[in-house]
Amino acid sequence: MNKESLSESILEIRDLTVHYEVGQEVIKAVNHLNLSLKKGRTLGLVGETGAGKTTTALAIQKLIMSPPGVIKSGTVDICGNKIMELSVKDLELIRGSVVSMIFQDPMTSLNPVFTVGEQIAESYMIHEGIPKKQAIEKAMKMLETVGIPRNRASEFPHQFSGGMRQRVVIAIALTCNPQLLIADEPTTALDVTIQAQILDLMRKLKEGRGMSMIMITHALGIVADICDEVAVMYAGRIVEKGSLADIFNHTKHPYTEGLFNSLPNIRNRSMRLIPIPGLMPDPAHLPAGCAFAPRCKYAGSDCTAEQPEEHWISDSHMVACAAYGRNGFHIERHEK
Amino acid sequence: MADFILEISHLKKYFKTHNGMLHAVDDVSFSLERGKTLGVVGESGCGKTTLGRTILRLVEPTSGKIFFEGKDITGVSSRSMKRARKEMQIIFQDPFSSLDPRNTIYQTISEPIRANRVMRGKRKIEDRVLELMGTVGLAERFINTYPHELDGGRRQRIGIARALALEPKFIVCDEPVSALDVSIQAQILNLLMDLQAKMGLTYIFITHDLAVVNHLADDIAVMYLGQIVEKAATEELFAHTLHPYTKALLSAIPIPEIMERREHVLIKGEISSPINPPDECRFAKRCPSADAECTSRTPSLREVSPGHLVACCKV
Repeated sequence: MNKESLSESILEIRDLTVHYEVGQEVIKAVNHLNLSLKKGRTLGLVGETGAGKTTTALAIQKLIMSPPGVIKSGTVDICGNKIMELSVKDLELIRGSVVSMIFQDPMTSLNPVFTVGEQIAESYMIHEGIPKKQAIEKAMKMLETVGIPRNRASEFPHQFSGGMRQRVVIAIALTCNPQLLIADEPTTALDVTIQAQILDLMRKLKEGRGMSMIMITHALGIVADICDEVAVMYAGRIVEKGSLADIFNHTKHPYTEGLFNSLPNIRNRSMRLIPIPGLMPDPAHLPAGCAFAPRCKYAGSDCTAEQPEEHWISDSHMVACAAYGRNGFHIERHEK
Repeated sequence: MADFILEISHLKKYFKTHNGMLHAVDDVSFSLERGKTLGVVGESGCGKTTLGRTILRLVEPTSGKIFFEGKDITGVSSRSMKRARKEMQIIFQDPFSSLDPRNTIYQTISEPIRANRVMRGKRKIEDRVLELMGTVGLAERFINTYPHELDGGRRQRIGIARALALEPKFIVCDEPVSALDVSIQAQILNLLMDLQAKMGLTYIFITHDLAVVNHLADDIAVMYLGQIVEKAATEELFAHTLHPYTKALLSAIPIPEIMERREHVLIKGEISSPINPPDECRFAKRCPSADAECTSRTPSLREVSPGHLVACCKV
């Protein structure tokens, strides 16, 4: 692979806004989100419950359930495909072969009445138009790729443990060699030793195939382990993004600071945790200004008045915070 | 001499299933010093929750003894157990399902006070409930709200207030922060540590999160398939890890720092069945250093250095 194709952009999201309209209420799940990802890179999309991570992932594939979901604005470009302009039929061809997704809960994302072999084979039959027998043969090969013996293809999901089921889900997602894999908290339901196995598997598969990946997670430890880039989400917006080193070693947003300081440090147990006071705002009633301002110790009057601008600290590092650049502003992180 | 609030001796809890006996807790013994926190860690199905509940006799032990404040509570009547339970409480994992959705915060927190008749008079009880709400950091205005109106962090504070209502000496915390986001998790962990310092509480802290247990436990017991495989003071366990399972567990913790690619000690396979386990080391099938000796007997938990216990044939 030459240098040029390495820097090729695989995903471009511009001004994405997604609302859920429930009765009179409008839940503003994703607000004017911009994001891009280069070929072969892994992006960690980080944030707490309700930050809009999963909605973003679904909107990228135009999988938002409507109603109540409405994509209000925005364009998504995956490998040259303008997702928002495609017909249902074209989208079906793209899902699986260009972009593929792994869901959080391997217990519910498999169909209980089909064997795992059939579920993997289905993808081959749809995308490659090959007969079932041939597809099952390919499915068995795929099972081996994810570390499951081929003879288990005739078994049903309930005969597999959680970790094995997640391997099957990964196998399905990878059948048609997608360019972009979106993994939505793929290890949250798993134990740590199994989590380590699955992350190891995903890293190897990704590297072997030159895939790009979006890893949605709330765990900064997983991000440090597997991602090249990080985007931190809060109340439907990306508040900070950058390379792993930008975010972990040169934190610039007060919310990112809060996330790091509330984690117990495995090397220093006597350190007191510093929680973020208060709660994430209700996405149906977002404040006019910065959504984090009510919980932010750096917040001033300009923070509550209007949305903070994006400040680019370097080519890779962006922070959306009004306090940034103010005199005397600096982030306080725990000593390591 | 150490002042032990709780002593567990050869505690077993077996469940009858269609396929045989499920050994949820299998011969667990330990002592817990007053005012300390014992972290119990292990993966799903290792028996840590059953252990916590068996200690409180919320499930009856199959055999073994539980001494609380020097008294054997395994054989006592339900009436004297009710008395004993005033001093031993539990905080549950899921603040969404552990609160009765039809009860207001007042009703939930005051229930143990009313049930045990430790206080009479609506006024007095209400004052006590408000005091407890203050202790756990809940604003007074929530007293008549219902659980569904509150977020996970506040609900967990209600669970803690309810556990504190009878002024217990000992609390089993069963994954109290697992369902919470990190920023909220830190609030609850700080609260639990402050309460311990203020009231001299003793905790058993059950969790799968090693970073959390490292942060607040004095001692850690690592469980695998119903048994304690290693137990030591927290610093000792992290510094001189002996059991191969503990090693794998510690190496699998994702650490939120940029560092050289860590060599994970990946263990093969998954936890085996707890139903009728054979007489052998239960970790042997996944263990990188297992040999014939490991499958010939169940290794017993023995002390290898002061306070550091391990159950492994190879150590």
